[in-house]
Amino acid sequence: MHKPLEGLLVLEFSQFMAGPTAGLRLADLGARVIKIERPVKGEAGRQIAIRNIFVNGDSLVFHTINRNKESYAADLKDPADLERVKKLIAQTDVMTHNFRPGVMEKIGLDYEKVKAINPKIVYGVVTGYGSKGPWALRPGQDLLIQSISGLTYLSDTANAGPVPFGLAVADIMCGSHLAQGILAALIKRAKTQQGVLIEVSLLESVLDLQFEVITTYLNDGGQIPRRSNVKGTGHPYLSAPYGIYQTADGYLALAMGDLHHIGNTIGTDLTAYPDRSEWFSKRDEIMALIAAQLKNKTTGDWLNILEPAGIWSSDILTYAQSLEHDAFKALSIKQEVTLPDGKELSTTRCPIRIDHQRLYSAIPAPRPGAQTDLINQQFNLV
Amino acid sequence: MRPLEDYLVVDFSQFLSGPSAGLRLADLGARVIKIERPETGDICRHLYTSNVIMNGESSVFHAINRNKESFTADLKNEADHQQVLELIKKADVVMHNYRPGVMERLGFDYESVKAINPTVIYGEISGYGDEGPWKDKPGQDLLLQSLTGLTWLSGNAGGPVPMGLSIIDMLAGTHLAQGILACLLRRTIKGEGALVQVSMMESAYDLQFEAITTYYYDGQLPQRSEKNNAHAYLGAPYGIYKTADGYMALAMGSIPQLAQLLQCEALSPYADGASAFHQRDEIKGILAAHLQTATTQKWLSILQPADIWCAEVLNWKELMQSEGFKTLEMIQEVTMEDGYQYRTTRCPIRIDGELLTSSKGSPKLGQNTESILNELSAKA
Repeated sequence: MHKPLEGLLVLEFSQFMAGPTAGLRLADLGARVIKIERPVKGEAGRQIAIRNIFVNGDSLVFHTINRNKESYAADLKDPADLERVKKLIAQTDVMTHNFRPGVMEKIGLDYEKVKAINPKIVYGVVTGYGSKGPWALRPGQDLLIQSISGLTYLSDTANAGPVPFGLAVADIMCGSHLAQGILAALIKRAKTQQGVLIEVSLLESVLDLQFEVITTYLNDGGQIPRRSNVKGTGHPYLSAPYGIYQTADGYLALAMGDLHHIGNTIGTDLTAYPDRSEWFSKRDEIMALIAAQLKNKTTGDWLNILEPAGIWSSDILTYAQSLEHDAFKALSIKQEVTLPDGKELSTTRCPIRIDHQRLYSAIPAPRPGAQTDLINQQFNLV
Repeated sequence: MRPLEDYLVVDFSQFLSGPSAGLRLADLGARVIKIERPETGDICRHLYTSNVIMNGESSVFHAINRNKESFTADLKNEADHQQVLELIKKADVVMHNYRPGVMERLGFDYESVKAINPTVIYGEISGYGDEGPWKDKPGQDLLLQSLTGLTWLSGNAGGPVPMGLSIIDMLAGTHLAQGILACLLRRTIKGEGALVQVSMMESAYDLQFEAITTYYYDGQLPQRSEKNNAHAYLGAPYGIYKTADGYMALAMGSIPQLAQLLQCEALSPYADGASAFHQRDEIKGILAAHLQTATTQKWLSILQPADIWCAEVLNWKELMQSEGFKTLEMIQEVTMEDGYQYRTTRCPIRIDGELLTSSKGSPKLGQNTESILNELSAKA
């Protein structure tokens, strides 16, 4: 099969996570993605590790985000290198960067200057907080963005204080918005034959993630989210029983549903709450009643009762259980990337299927400048 | 000119995942027509959050479905079925999020649609894909979080803690929009239609791609810290801390440097870089006690000039009063056909320096049925 973005060239000046996850998506959809990195050290994300794990000199995180890409080494402060990069830019479809406002202007690769070299370029920029305003020069780091965006008041119980999402959700949402913007821009370019500037920021992306609940806030008289105090609560705006409960041998998730049907099914008398509005206003006491009952049987026993009754419920799985499950295997989500030394690294694949085909690639993340010579030749840069 | 101007999207989807993709396409310039069943419409219209009702419908429906039109049709009725087919013939994109098999029964599956519109981009979202033991499970956000391991990442060590919004729905919608856009681009070049499929399950694992890759590498489950957890895989100080007057986030920074800047003598034994990870509970405990001795502003005024990544923790009220937020112009006001106005957020993408706002509110059920039928017959 041919992938949808075959023939498309993307230059990635982006570092860390948001920009490079967009590059990964475009690569998996068929684009050729070349990272432009400083010589020897490469992008700073190579040194950002989780659980201190490094593979072949780069962090495992870097490998995860930058597989299926090439690397071209260039010192943008060196005039000869910059000249070669400009020649490459003249031939590309897309470039992305996430430098703080002002940096690309100093180097001479801001959108206006690049457009003079390549009038049809799609130019994608990621910032933390937009390019102006009092926060523009603050570090665009995921936890900081989550913290100022209000997102930390949605998860866990009210008495837990602010609780962030335990992964880089602002980076991930922003990267996916960048990919959307770039793709839309390429469609526009096909009609106008003109370059397009796409700008996204981590803060706007994490606000967009909250668009449902922020819209509720903007129209309910400005009520700050009221999280339940029952451990396992799933969503500050949803009624009982929405959440995760302890059972005799583990945990059980119960999503939204008719409370009386649920009460009858599990054997808890909830007739004291005839009115739906009480399912929200008296959420904590209802959840406590349900929690007390669910402790009496195992998760498996409850699911055997709940699922046949059509009640939305499920087990809570760890990675050890989930990634070994037949349901996971049936979708062939795992893929192997082949490292230069022949070792294989297991990771996940692109979540999008096109024309019934899953999108795989065994190409690993590149070492800094791994394809410099090749690219110099192919694009006549020297 | 918006990128998707002149594109028509016929959207059969309900709830959040599919309609959030439709919203993105609408803000990018497409005309999006919701196909809804008469009387009830998209079930989301009456899926209330915190009992908030706006103009007779749920706040979430209004958030997700602004900038769209509504066309009612009973898909099992022959005449209605025919009208929808006429509309589909003109569509660039058709999308749905029914469970596997439903569109086949209704006669609007990809093969049937392709037969009358060969270059259509057909998008679908399922809960768990169309094969495997979970394929008939309800595609509901909390269940997806629960089944994919996501609940072991947030909150402190202890029981599972879900992420407090419908994150998997949002991601599946985002991925569908990406796939549709990629295939619309291919169509402009090669003239080919496409089938784009995503599932909430694949989207949920994709969200966790870093943690899952780490699990494959070292076989260890995520271990959240005992207190102040913000990321199961990162060492101290990464977390949110209580101060004398609120909370602050502290992202990175070496422990010795923090000890010096914060004048926290108790941190000095943790000079070795590896201890930040292996002794993070102890370190976080010391930091937590120390940071409560002064205000957030005091700490930020020391740490920010030293380039330590930190920030205040805001709720929406505080956020929306800040200059940083106002600069973004993230809030827009939209108006429904009956004049009802409400405030909501805008599309997070800027194109050529412009914000993609739209003043069009959500549609009343079937409000555009008649005008769309007139358009169809005028063109016929």
